[in-house]
Amino acid sequence: MSNKAAPEPKANMGGPVIRKEARLKVTGEARYGSDMPVNNPAFAYLITSSIARGTIKSIDLAEAKAVPGVLEIFTHENTGELKKVSYGANGGGSTTSIQDFGPKIQHDGQIVGMVVANTFEAAREAAYKAKFAYDVQPPSAGFDSKGVDESSVKKKLPNAGDVKELYDAAAVKFEASYGTPTEHHNPIELFTTTAVWNNDQLTVYEPSQFMHGLKNNVAAKLGIEPGQVHTISNFVGGAFGAKAQLTPRTGLVALAARKLNRPVKLVAARDQGFTIATYRAETRHNIRIGAGRDGKIASFEHEGWEVTSRPDSYSVAGVEDSARLYGFASVKTGVTLIHADRNTPGFMRSPPVVPYIYALESAMDELAVKLAMDPIELRRVNDSMTDATGKQWSSRSLMKCYDEGAAAFGWSKRTAAPGSMSDGEWLIGYGCASAVYPTHIGAATARVQFNADGRANVQLAAHEIGTGVMTVVAQMAAERLGIPVEQVQVELGDSKFPPVPVAGGSNQTASCCSVVMQACDAIMEKLNGGRAETVGGGSADGVRQKFDRLGVSTLEQYSEFVPGDARPNPVVGLVTNPIKKLYDGVPTLVGGSHGEKLMYALGANFVEVRVPKYTREIRVPRLVGAFASGRIMNTRTARSQHMGAMIWGISSALHEATEIDERNARYTNDNLADYLIPVNADIKQLDVIMVPETDNSVNPAGVKGIGELGNVGTAAAVANAVYHATGVRVRELPIRLEKLLA
Amino acid sequence: MRPFHYVKANDLPGALQAFAPQNDPTNAAPSVNAATQYLAGGTTLIDLMKLDVMRPATVTDINALDQSKAGQIEFGDNGLRLGALVRMSQAADHEAVKSNFPVIAQSLQLAASAQIRNMASLGGNVLQRTRCTYFRDTSYDNCNKRNPGSGCAAMDGMNRNLAVLGTSNDCIASYPGDFAQALIALDAMVEIAGSAGTRMMPFAQLHRAPGSTPQIETTLTQGELITAFQIPNLPWGKRSLYLKIRDRASYEFALASAAIALDLDNGTVRDVRIALGGVSAQPWRAAEAEALLKGKPIDDTMLLAAADKAFEGARPKKHNAFKVQLGKATLMRALRDAATMTI
Repeated sequence: MSNKAAPEPKANMGGPVIRKEARLKVTGEARYGSDMPVNNPAFAYLITSSIARGTIKSIDLAEAKAVPGVLEIFTHENTGELKKVSYGANGGGSTTSIQDFGPKIQHDGQIVGMVVANTFEAAREAAYKAKFAYDVQPPSAGFDSKGVDESSVKKKLPNAGDVKELYDAAAVKFEASYGTPTEHHNPIELFTTTAVWNNDQLTVYEPSQFMHGLKNNVAAKLGIEPGQVHTISNFVGGAFGAKAQLTPRTGLVALAARKLNRPVKLVAARDQGFTIATYRAETRHNIRIGAGRDGKIASFEHEGWEVTSRPDSYSVAGVEDSARLYGFASVKTGVTLIHADRNTPGFMRSPPVVPYIYALESAMDELAVKLAMDPIELRRVNDSMTDATGKQWSSRSLMKCYDEGAAAFGWSKRTAAPGSMSDGEWLIGYGCASAVYPTHIGAATARVQFNADGRANVQLAAHEIGTGVMTVVAQMAAERLGIPVEQVQVELGDSKFPPVPVAGGSNQTASCCSVVMQACDAIMEKLNGGRAETVGGGSADGVRQKFDRLGVSTLEQYSEFVPGDARPNPVVGLVTNPIKKLYDGVPTLVGGSHGEKLMYALGANFVEVRVPKYTREIRVPRLVGAFASGRIMNTRTARSQHMGAMIWGISSALHEATEIDERNARYTNDNLADYLIPVNADIKQLDVIMVPETDNSVNPAGVKGIGELGNVGTAAAVANAVYHATGVRVRELPIRLEKLLA
Repeated sequence: MRPFHYVKANDLPGALQAFAPQNDPTNAAPSVNAATQYLAGGTTLIDLMKLDVMRPATVTDINALDQSKAGQIEFGDNGLRLGALVRMSQAADHEAVKSNFPVIAQSLQLAASAQIRNMASLGGNVLQRTRCTYFRDTSYDNCNKRNPGSGCAAMDGMNRNLAVLGTSNDCIASYPGDFAQALIALDAMVEIAGSAGTRMMPFAQLHRAPGSTPQIETTLTQGELITAFQIPNLPWGKRSLYLKIRDRASYEFALASAAIALDLDNGTVRDVRIALGGVSAQPWRAAEAEALLKGKPIDDTMLLAAADKAFEGARPKKHNAFKVQLGKATLMRALRDAATMTI
């Protein structure tokens, strides 16, 4: 039965199968990392620095150790066994680039100690009583601070044609600067680690987006063999990139458990989550466009600036994608890094495109105004299957998304002049913008067992971070084996299962479904006597007959999938054997702009904003998103992904910003009351349209990942709608009411 | 959170007794350092104890008092009496409150979340402490509210949410609540029990301006307990409202708010009450703006004049300067809305 939450599948779409873990989740029975029962745990509480730059002068733990129940307090003075873990040159994207607990302090909220006690309350009380004295040096907080270092991004960025000549010759010229703020993921599930030793075997329960990465990195951190480490993460209560990599807490908890010979459980506080993991750093952009009167863009320049930590050259460099979204005749791009006394930023949902496409799509709207052209038509004029460097798109349904979205939204009712639409005291604005996300695929492995009774079991170390991977993998297996989805069991979230890539870059559905498809097809080939006959086993009796014919009751297949285009990933360096690397905790992701063809999922966002004439608080009563992304495995989970993402887009447009006290480089609104995100009352009507698209060249499953598509275009669409409502162009996110008060 | 003694009071004398002087030899007015604290809904107290901002040695649970008059709502010839242990949601949903004093119901309904409104008592609500992040983060030593004489980290810090009215050179913390604005606009009295008996005081005298002693937030003396709010009958209280402006539609403290009650005679203001929230260090009555409007028509000129008057003494800082214009716009919109209300 279809309803709004379970849309009727269109061409190349799977049915709205209910999540396998739905009942567990709604009844509270799904066990997250810190829910896992362990025997007689001790409880840990972190102590974090109150300065951003300097040195620990002295540590006085007398009062803290006197708290009844305290077992031990760990600081840099008694944790020297922990090894340095290497992080990728040219951007580790992980706080692991700053691993020390002292004496050097490199950012606000750096872990300087950890209390372990018999109870959580005692550990917290002792943490409050631990006294750290510092020699403070004046820190640099960000872009406008004194004392920052500068470096340029070493990645090869798109440059083609003579932008200067074409700009000078252009009939219409446009240039503007944009900015995006610091943001933190704030998954509802906090950063937790539980470590249990059994002789020399370590089990780590920790919410993770990469089971085998965590396993290998923990081993390196402790100087033990990866085979001694078992990582478990059955469910993850939100990750968004924050749980993709090793952070310093994990080694510390594991070491404490070994020293105390007792399981240790850490649940870091919400404010600590702002500084012990990664975040989205602030960015700035300058865009220069030269266009013809017909809107055709001849010259496109996009220069970006990003903040990172002192030691790490992490960058997102979304010019890679902004320079290719339209058929520009020439492009010039560059990215500069500003190194400040901050924790290292890292992946956060749609890392490159959220800031860079916001800038591009705001500029497109401004250009449309300058040309007196409908903004959708400007996109149409520049829609092209070829980018400025000559690369071809594998498939591209951008204008289909615009056309379906515009019709559903009622774009034709829009009158072009700013401030021309209103309802009483409320000004109304309509805005639109494009969404784009590179289609990634990675080497992956899986084991499938198919039984004569028609039941199948799939094992792979995939990550149920809320995306529905357990369900879509079951759907793929059911389809290839020709059995009902209820007969497929999927086991994941555990390093004892075959590895799959990090659940990042929206590759998980594509990678996991591709390898499971390969394993299932191998089983069916055996069942069908080596003949590549019809896929699917048919009736229950049919399945049993085939097993009987082979004289076995079960068939098991372990498969390794390597994408045809598996070439070296510039982030991780040379990759010779992607499967071996994967077992070693290094994923190989290909796709996007790096292959022979440009592989991207696309979409169009439409929003209506309402702004009262005088008080100027901004509300978004209506939004529509239309997305085309190859095969949709499950219309229910896909819609849910898009919906959450679009709401996040509202958040990044209007609400989210981590505030930094410039004087001391510290985050001030490090809690969910002051770090604003939309609440239910902010979201009134939200419609997701999935536009059918087929592109089997991207990967065997034909899937373009969607996890990070829906939040890309929303911010610019809101900004454009705010301009349409008020005539005020805000070029710095978030758009808060003070920016609209004249 | 540090260990503390938990005492459950069964009645008012029990509650007051738990606050015996030996529990707090300093005998100072309540502050974050008071050795004994009353616990009702706990939505502020427990929060601040977890943050290590408040460290009481004894917590006296007064929730059993909601079986007494302190837990009741009465409406009659003497006006509206709201017991201090009435929960926010109870008062917001009460028919007599909604129909006679919409400003009270709205101020409560627009505050916090449903879960918090179900827990938080009215007495605790008016004593809610500032949301100033430097007050709430003990890693900052310089907070005059927590450590008198240590300075104010917020003065030149991230102060978007903080006050522009009623501040001092020592503190710019804003009063976060909503309900108090309704009470102050309606000339409410507050009933206070203490060891010497029960006294009544104008609610407007409950909160103190920060001045040079921002650590002393109210005029309650040690051990005193708010037991009720008495709101006098106001026939034109039906034409009252609470307008709350904030970044998101719910679950956020006011950037600016206005509690308005308006007595209108053919478009002319016979009488008006104005209280402002989100912009001030304590619940703020805009008495001069009220005086200016009396006998005048509700038109753009008069509204602007009243708004200018209300924010005459504003002292904006770097990140909250917008609150002057926003506060004025909020006040004008609230007055216009009140004037066009269908009663």
